[in-house]
Amino acid sequence: MKRIVRHRLFWPVVALISLIVINTIARPQFIGVTVRDGELYGALIDILRNSAPLMLVALGMTIVIATRGIDLSVGAVMAVSGAVALTIIDGSPDPEGVGTVTIAVVTALAVALVLGSWNGFLVAIGGIQPIIATLVLMLAGRGVALLITEGFITTVNSAPYSFISSGYIVGLPVAFLIAAVAITTLALLERRTALGVLTEAVGINPAASRLAGVRARGIVFSAYVATGLLAGVAGILYSANIRAADANATGQFIELYAILAVVLGGTSLAGGKFTIAGTVIGVLIIQTLESTILFLGVPAAQSPVFFAIVVIVVVVVQSPQLHAWVRKLARSRQSANTDAPQKVKVAS
Amino acid sequence: MTTAEASLQRTSTVSTRYATFMSRHASLVPTFAAVLILLVLLVGAQVQFENFLTPGNLSALLLDNAYLVVLAVGLTLVIITGGIDLSVGSVMAFTGILCASLLSQGLPAVVVVPIMLLGGGAIGLLIGVLVQYFNVQPFIASLAGLFLARGLAFVVSLSSIRVEDPAILWLQRTRFTVGEWYITPTGIIALLVVALGAVVMQWTRFGRTIYALGGGEQSARLMGLKVARTKILVYVISGVCGGLAGLLLTAYSGAGYPRNGIGTELDAIAAVVIGGTLLTGGTGYVLGSLVGVLVYGTIKKIISFMGAEQAWMQIIIGGLLLLFIVVQRVIVARSQRRT
Amino acid sequence: MDKAPLLQLTGATVRFGADAAIDRVDFRLFPGEVHSLMGENGAGKSTLIKAITGAIPLDEGVLTLDGEVVRFSSPHDAQRVGVSTVYQEIDLLPNVSVAENIWLGREPRRLGVIDWREMRSSARAILADLGIDIDPASILGTHSLAVQQLVAIARAISTDVRVLVLDEPTSSLDLDEVAELFRVVRDLKQRGVAILFVSHFLDQVYELCDRVTVLRDGRFVGEYLTRELLRIDLVQAMLGRSAAALQIRPRAEPEQERTPYLSARGVTARRGITDADIDLYEGDVLGVAGLLGSGRTEAARAITGIDRLEAGIIRIGGHESSLKGPRSAMSLGVVYSSENRRTEGIISDLSVLDNITLALQADRGVFHRIPLTRRRELAASWVEALDIRPADLDRPAGTLSGGNQQKVLLARLLALSPRVLILDEPTRGIDVGAKVEIQNLVAEMASNGLSVMFISAELEEVLRVGDRVAILRDGRIAETLSSDQLTVDSLLALVARPEDSDG
Repeated sequence: MKRIVRHRLFWPVVALISLIVINTIARPQFIGVTVRDGELYGALIDILRNSAPLMLVALGMTIVIATRGIDLSVGAVMAVSGAVALTIIDGSPDPEGVGTVTIAVVTALAVALVLGSWNGFLVAIGGIQPIIATLVLMLAGRGVALLITEGFITTVNSAPYSFISSGYIVGLPVAFLIAAVAITTLALLERRTALGVLTEAVGINPAASRLAGVRARGIVFSAYVATGLLAGVAGILYSANIRAADANATGQFIELYAILAVVLGGTSLAGGKFTIAGTVIGVLIIQTLESTILFLGVPAAQSPVFFAIVVIVVVVVQSPQLHAWVRKLARSRQSANTDAPQKVKVAS
Repeated sequence: MTTAEASLQRTSTVSTRYATFMSRHASLVPTFAAVLILLVLLVGAQVQFENFLTPGNLSALLLDNAYLVVLAVGLTLVIITGGIDLSVGSVMAFTGILCASLLSQGLPAVVVVPIMLLGGGAIGLLIGVLVQYFNVQPFIASLAGLFLARGLAFVVSLSSIRVEDPAILWLQRTRFTVGEWYITPTGIIALLVVALGAVVMQWTRFGRTIYALGGGEQSARLMGLKVARTKILVYVISGVCGGLAGLLLTAYSGAGYPRNGIGTELDAIAAVVIGGTLLTGGTGYVLGSLVGVLVYGTIKKIISFMGAEQAWMQIIIGGLLLLFIVVQRVIVARSQRRT
Repeated sequence: MDKAPLLQLTGATVRFGADAAIDRVDFRLFPGEVHSLMGENGAGKSTLIKAITGAIPLDEGVLTLDGEVVRFSSPHDAQRVGVSTVYQEIDLLPNVSVAENIWLGREPRRLGVIDWREMRSSARAILADLGIDIDPASILGTHSLAVQQLVAIARAISTDVRVLVLDEPTSSLDLDEVAELFRVVRDLKQRGVAILFVSHFLDQVYELCDRVTVLRDGRFVGEYLTRELLRIDLVQAMLGRSAAALQIRPRAEPEQERTPYLSARGVTARRGITDADIDLYEGDVLGVAGLLGSGRTEAARAITGIDRLEAGIIRIGGHESSLKGPRSAMSLGVVYSSENRRTEGIISDLSVLDNITLALQADRGVFHRIPLTRRRELAASWVEALDIRPADLDRPAGTLSGGNQQKVLLARLLALSPRVLILDEPTRGIDVGAKVEIQNLVAEMASNGLSVMFISAELEEVLRVGDRVAILRDGRIAETLSSDQLTVDSLLALVARPEDSDG
């Protein structure tokens, strides 16, 4: 029993289940899944579908955070990716053609890869602090997206493209399947290759890792490239959903939601050990929370308040300060007599 | 003495003067660079578009960006301590819409304005406490502040609210003219904030403690400086500046709008960095940030003169930011190699 | 005339967990004297200093200042009563002016604002008082480390200092800067300040200090007057003799002519090792002896390619090699174990399993993952071979004791099947039993054909483990002798002999 409680996924899973239970009590149709024309519908299915962009971005963010970094540019990369794809479709003579859509998607992803490499270059080779390095793209990226769409919100009617976000395959939403593929790929990469343990080593102790022969630079660079690619896919999903490329609104604030998902899932912001499963649960928690807030009738624009509170609660609970206070409280209740000064281990 | 010796002596005094100047004020060089860039831009624009450098345009340069000036001052203080505040744009929007809403409900401006400043300060206090007492990284703490402020802005109102209050409108509508140059009370407020910031940073222990925090928190503590208090206050000040900027923006646009200021924090950070403040902390000048905002405003104007899309604005500012960051990094790497 | 000590520690004990960093240590500082605190790494010097200057509290013992018992709760407390420290990593602000660094916290003010002119002129006065000629308005960071140190001392003086602690002040200074520092210190001595000078440079201690206190393994060994203490006695007090049973390893007869597997000539690296010649033979252990600062670590890092070579040629297996870092060294079979086990060795949050297989995995690359069963097999065999306890592969390596952590590191390196093993202080901070285990392991590896370089501060250990001994002094290899020709005493003498001064 203790093994289960101590497992680091315990609290996130409990949180998620609690949310689902509360929702079900409030609106029993929450866990209802209906089948129509061989396709699944329902609130839970909506959550799975709508969480896909955030899932992709958060997965990338997990890897980057594991290397002791951060990527603030993911929203901007989403915007660029959507802009590229839609501009190609819009400008082509055959917007409904599968071929056009394929070219659009591939090009968009290629651009996203380049942007990710740019970040990776600045951080891994240039040695620039990740916050600062990715801040540049966060700024400039939206400008690039705006340029590509020439300032307009390009709307497009393309059935194959919309299929990406609203279609179904084997009864499940395509968007969810894409996210599932990403999760599986990353999990496989972590399990079947040495990527997981080497990334953790680099994040925990870069100096020792380098002395042990780990290619730290390569790993950090790849982390940012991967994040860029994932953000690119997320951008395509998002623009396919709204059938438009809105350079300003795409991926707005998604950085913070992604970071929050990572933190909720149990990966430390200080780098090192990371958990893909934890991030997945974190994303589902956020999406369920969002759905709950909307159900309560709170306008979507006001939901950031709730998430701010969640962030604050999570970081406060995780902070060593709180643990120290709790310990002090417990100890002062135990031994009211000794007043030995609190000793902090000093590195000699 | 021969002329060769004399000239040698002269060059040596010149070089020692230069050396002394550099050893005292090396951190001013980036700010000088910013001034240079500003002049180059202004002159270049004048050459390109003959009616660029008019008193009217130059006056507008300050007044159109008065809100950004105020934000940049608060942000400069935070960045010098080695932190960052990503919430300033949202705080500006929140206090702006709050102002408009309270005014529309009949509260007098005299009551509303302090409430705005308090609101901004409260969010700043929250961030400061998280950073100082819970050891939360500044960018996470301020991102939480960003979310909170943005959400609260929409809680106040989902759509924009016009402002009819004469006192607020006076801030923007009144012009004090000297020939063709003009300034409005908003501009005066912005300049006063800059002046106050500069004085505090240069002549008070509080200001020097801010620099000390950027130089080394441990060392500052050993020197007996009030580290905790200063760090929290810095974020409070940034929040109050956000509130003040909300006032200026609301007066400028005549309305509060919850969607204001999305991305403005990035513009402010860029202006501060361009103005010569290192993002790693420890050096920077409030006056430099003023120059940075003017550079920002000039680029914006040039782009509109060129008839190009405003999207270029973000790209160019991003590019400039990158340039400054890379140069800062190279300088740091070179000085590290020397020791 | 016997003056009373200004600062006195009696029976001081500081514990970290179960270990005592200092154990019932007595220490006293007299006014107007320069007193040196000496001992090898782990002897307890830094703990003692932290106790005196208020950075950590005493678990047992009493601290008195001028006869009165004091208890500092922070370094700031200590500063306020006149106990100031100048650390190796200067605790000043590099981004503000010299004057501010001297006065900040007590800066002169006029009408509520800082009086810059007054601050600069009083800073100039203090600096002039010490004979330091720098511009008080200049930014501190523009000056050399030596000057920054002097400014730190100036700040201490401006606070009416009574006890000044200088922690390794000369490590980064050149000869002229050292002379300047000594002049200032002697000046302070004249004024009656009690100065604690911590340094591992014997020459400097003898030149500057009146008194020496030696610590070893956290215990007080003795307090001596430098003019009455022979250098060799000082070194013996510092290094001592360990209690472990001496067990001379049976040495194979060295073949008359053999070629070294690794041969380094004229190795010079930044600030630490100059013109060193090192040969490592198969099946042979080269012990490296020398005091702190003699260039031991620098030599090791230079020949393993971790630090850049400024001069010198390294031949491995007969071919000239240029080592560009840990990866290239490993590919040539040369592996290095750092003396900083915690910061450059063990990855504390990773399991023992992951730590042991890390280098092997890094060598194979990201995409050729060693299957889990194979990894567990490998790690388990090493755990058994080296007797790593507890034998739990999944424990985070950071929870193991120092000795077992070192074994994990050794396992990681040995898993690469290296040809050359370079160990920098592998037994530092490890209990006696584990020490002997590791020494025997090293001997075993040499018998299996490895070339080993074994650096240690403990001369006995060097003799016990090494077939030959290289003696380092002041960044150069003074001699390399067969250990048959040496005893602990003669090795002591060689390590301690002062460098012949050049003109």
